[in-house]
Amino acid sequence: MAGEETGPFRFRPTWVRYPADHPFFEDGDVHRHMYLQGLLENVTKDTERPRTSEFSCQIGGCSQVFNTLESYEHHYNMLHRNVCSSCKRAFPSTHLLDVHILEWHDSLFHIMAEKQNMYQCLVESCLEKFKSSKDRKDHLITVHRYPSDFRFDKSLKARRKEKMRPPSEESSASMDMTVEDSEQSPVDAMEIGPNESIMESGFQSGTEGTVVFPASEKWLYKSRIPPAICFGQGATRVFKGRKKKS
Amino acid sequence: MAASVPGTAGPKSWKRSCYHSHGCSVEHLRTWRREREAALRSARRLQQLFSKRHLCEDTSSDGEVAMDSETTALLSEEEVSQLLRKIQRGTEDRTVSMHLLRRGLQHREIQQKFIRLEGSMSLLIGLFTSNLANLQMDAACCLHELSLSTDPAVVEACLPATSYLLTYLSGHSVALVELCLYTLGNLVVEMKAVKKHLLPQGIIPVLASCIQSPHVAIQEGVGYVLSQLLQSKEAADEIIPLVLESTLPQHMLHLVCSRLEDGIGTAVECAWGLHYIICSQVNNSLLISQRTVPSLVQLLLELSSLIATTSVEGLELLICPVVRCIGNLLAEDKTDNNELLIKEECLLKALFVFIQRFLPKHTFVVSECLWLMNNLTVSSTTSCSALLSLELFPYMLKLLCSYQVISLLVLTVLCNIAAKGTAYCEMLHQKAVLPSLVNILVVSDVEVVGQDLELLHLIFLHWPKAATDFVNHSGLYALQQHQDNLHLQERVKALIQTASRLTAVPQNDSFGTESVHFTSLQS
Repeated sequence: MAGEETGPFRFRPTWVRYPADHPFFEDGDVHRHMYLQGLLENVTKDTERPRTSEFSCQIGGCSQVFNTLESYEHHYNMLHRNVCSSCKRAFPSTHLLDVHILEWHDSLFHIMAEKQNMYQCLVESCLEKFKSSKDRKDHLITVHRYPSDFRFDKSLKARRKEKMRPPSEESSASMDMTVEDSEQSPVDAMEIGPNESIMESGFQSGTEGTVVFPASEKWLYKSRIPPAICFGQGATRVFKGRKKKS
Repeated sequence: MAASVPGTAGPKSWKRSCYHSHGCSVEHLRTWRREREAALRSARRLQQLFSKRHLCEDTSSDGEVAMDSETTALLSEEEVSQLLRKIQRGTEDRTVSMHLLRRGLQHREIQQKFIRLEGSMSLLIGLFTSNLANLQMDAACCLHELSLSTDPAVVEACLPATSYLLTYLSGHSVALVELCLYTLGNLVVEMKAVKKHLLPQGIIPVLASCIQSPHVAIQEGVGYVLSQLLQSKEAADEIIPLVLESTLPQHMLHLVCSRLEDGIGTAVECAWGLHYIICSQVNNSLLISQRTVPSLVQLLLELSSLIATTSVEGLELLICPVVRCIGNLLAEDKTDNNELLIKEECLLKALFVFIQRFLPKHTFVVSECLWLMNNLTVSSTTSCSALLSLELFPYMLKLLCSYQVISLLVLTVLCNIAAKGTAYCEMLHQKAVLPSLVNILVVSDVEVVGQDLELLHLIFLHWPKAATDFVNHSGLYALQQHQDNLHLQERVKALIQTASRLTAVPQNDSFGTESVHFTSLQS
């Protein structure tokens, strides 16, 4: 029919595409944001978390008490899931645990590290590897904008320092403590006093701040169970299969 | 309420609203809500429409905290500092102090005081990364409260925490991951933070792996972060290319289409994310090749039957972005509509279900559905015939007389049909459109009348017999009303001539009888 038309009529069927900020979308957008800000009456919903009677964590050496399943789940996932079987450190992710096991407990690692770049970047999606942990740290700071005192990046120097500590301290040493003494800048004035006051207590302890099991008992428990045996889903992990991508 | 419908669109998945928590009268709430709506509207006009989502449940109502919300709002800088020292020292009441701090941080003034205190943020990050599970959650809640701030300085103070927030996304604690996601989603509103910190820290790959979590709460959280990231003005340059390179779009599409049972909230978030991606036009052919259009059409069909059988509330929040995605993708040159053909009639029916359901409460759904109908009927004779043969056609004519925006859109769809030629115009005539079209001429809106004139022109052109009916319904008189309007007069004149010629009624003669007809119509 096009072309037949003369005169003042202009209509032609046309597809209409609207950009995101077009006024046509205004009402819908406002409605969306009222939902985001919790202003819609009809979609209110309370998610009451059911409380159960108190129960404690059954992992050996830990007897922390919980009254909701969620808080126990959180505790378990944070402290008993990604745990190094050799030194009992807990890590926030499988990747960081893998890196730790490789660098701390794989005797081949250091031999290989002399020949090729072996230090994986701590950012899981980054496939770069480095000659030393120092190079990696620089990379983390410059490329990934990580803080210079990133807590889950432990250098060998820090490791040696910890080795000199009594075993009880070491075994309860937690995920952080990268912060080397020299780096304790004045900004850290509010920083968790002596590191241990916060960091030490939780890992193998019961309620916060009180260590329930003396160190010796902990070692007893460990000696009874062969390290290769692993309870529950990913309770502790031994050195096994490195990351596929590496 | 959604909760009243067991087994359907999971009420579990909807986030709580803060609506009920204000504890004041309904009237007061309505006023407050209207004010908020007006504020959002003007923010959008200034391209400043951003929202932050509050996640934390306030558990401190357990009685362990004596101070109420108003008292915490009045804490002095010294008191905040004391609170931090107590937390730092690790005395027994640390948990109580943490809860107090968290409550305090819900107030703007306390947020300001907190970030001014030296070392406060590194203390909070220290707790956040500690291995004391409960304290860690409390610290995460504090960070979340801070992330809700609209003050860029407060957001900036939170930035040292981003590497940890991202690290924990790879963890296994659902509650913590969820909290980190909503905190990040709030922080990404500041584009500077995204460019300088979150993108280099790898937020896109982390989200791409996080979205594969089996937990609905985490999926919805990822959807929220994505929608926040994708809606920013700079997203097209900085973020969308990265998202399109990842597996995210496919996962988002999957979550939009497959979570009607237990994760409508997830579907809503991901659908908005897709809408922003499609609007950016960075690479829509990729999305088309991933079968986005047929998948979303299928979803609309499911939603229409859900609406017909249940009373789930809030579905417009999902329907709206899905309709937009399909509408804009249909407008892409490369869209291959062949696959759609089979479902066009079903889709049109679904759109009518939505229109009937959401008129008049959410007219935006109606307009957007009609816009999609326009894009469907532009070149598809299948859609046009389907529309004419649907039982719903009379309802469409009724829509003509509702709101100005809606009338205009309905007229445009009818024009698309009329433009398909003789058979279609004959059908339109049979379906008695002419009385409605004459009625429309009475309204004063120039755009609506203009579109009406275009439609009449097409009908007369293809099906001249309709002119008689038009004249019999006092059409000529109605046209005369617009003869003096600068924007319309040319077309009005042309139509009067055509109609007169076709009916062979001398113009002068028609006036007397026409006016009688007209007044009788009015009364």
